[in-house]
Amino acid sequence: MFPFSFEWVWDAGHVVFMGGLWYALGIIGLGMTYCIIKAVIDTSKGNGGHHH
Amino acid sequence: MDSALIPKGVKRCSLGLFTLGIAVAGAVLLWGVYAMLLCWIKGLNQTNMNDYYGFALWIWADLAVIALGGGAFFTGFLRYVIGKDELKNIINYAVIIGFICYSSALLILAIDVGQPLRSWFIFWHANVHSMLTEVAFCLSCYFAVLTIEFIPLILENRQVDKVPFFHNLSHNMHEVMAIFAATGAFLSFFHQGSLGGVAGVLYGRPFGSREGLLVWPWTFFLFTWSAAACGPCFTILVTWITEKITKKKLVKDNVIRLLAKISGWMLATYIIAKIIDTWYWATVTAPSMGFTLMDFYSNNAFYGIWILVLEIFICGIIPALILITKTGRNNSKLLMTAVILAVIGVCINRWVMVLQVMAMPVLTFENWVLYIPSWQEVATTILPVAYGVIVLALAYRYLPVFPQEKELNPID
Repeated sequence: MFPFSFEWVWDAGHVVFMGGLWYALGIIGLGMTYCIIKAVIDTSKGNGGHHH
Repeated sequence: MDSALIPKGVKRCSLGLFTLGIAVAGAVLLWGVYAMLLCWIKGLNQTNMNDYYGFALWIWADLAVIALGGGAFFTGFLRYVIGKDELKNIINYAVIIGFICYSSALLILAIDVGQPLRSWFIFWHANVHSMLTEVAFCLSCYFAVLTIEFIPLILENRQVDKVPFFHNLSHNMHEVMAIFAATGAFLSFFHQGSLGGVAGVLYGRPFGSREGLLVWPWTFFLFTWSAAACGPCFTILVTWITEKITKKKLVKDNVIRLLAKISGWMLATYIIAKIIDTWYWATVTAPSMGFTLMDFYSNNAFYGIWILVLEIFICGIIPALILITKTGRNNSKLLMTAVILAVIGVCINRWVMVLQVMAMPVLTFENWVLYIPSWQEVATTILPVAYGVIVLALAYRYLPVFPQEKELNPID
């Protein structure tokens, strides 16, 4: 649910619940995006042939 | 035939024997899938749920596997946030067990909602006054975190690791794993708690209703606490079973004992809090609602006071005492007894807080009604066990799950 949804109400319940969900999804999404982009850059530089 | 996929320096059984094992577990899995399809196609009339048991075997199984899967979040918290480095030798297995538990919980819920195509309603049309909304949010997000924690291990398969992109991706994910682990611990704290909070806020059900702190009843904290205490016990138990099946030592004793010690202290403090909570509820909360303690444990054929003794004393105090003492932890038989008791204890707690709380009559015209699940409910509850066996078997065979395996089992 987003603030532009018809059932949205600007109260503590909606802000805390939905804000918490977006916050968690944001961390997960940004974390994975960082890992994938860095992996693409590392691979394009020719890294990745060794074992860590 | 599949030797190119097996990690270097370790020995596995023949592919034929492995396939036979998978086939046996697969047959059980198919039985469960058949029952699941019956529930989806024909509806919830395939179950023995009724007005007294709207929460039945599935919800118990759901809460039990979530508690047992708590080993993943708590071990991850200890390893990545607190910095208990020894636990790196068991964290992979804890994550896989957690992944299986949480995917099983989501599968059971998908069957239980009856109309899984509308599962997304809880996210889009969220009831922000419901603890179960918070559970759905945190459960889904934490499952995503567990998947992220599992992916680097899959990418470390011998053949997959040869692909430079996957190698780099796995390496990068390891580097930022502490962020994911901390997020997972945060999410777990809230959904484990809210599952307990559901029983605690049932003001019309004096068996479960509790006072608490702000919007959180005491059961909120007790559920999180018990999951953090008993989840690692389940990780130790599954590791021990795996060692028995493979006839190999996979994790060094000092790692198991460290996890057992932490688990023991968590269990000891939890059981003290649980006793205080039970005492206050029995002497203050329930009488204020017109009930005595024995009202909850009499006039029926099953729920006697024995269940309280079994949960708190036999499966709570005894394993806690064993796990917090060095002598108890160093004796492998005592250690495994304690671990098994703790696992049984948390399962009983979830049964009591889900089924007994709803079945207990509160109105003068109500009766104690007992419940026997239908075979479809039993089959769909066993389904995740078969699924778990298959995932664990595949992971053990093809992924470097146990970092100490080579050292403990050198190949001549």
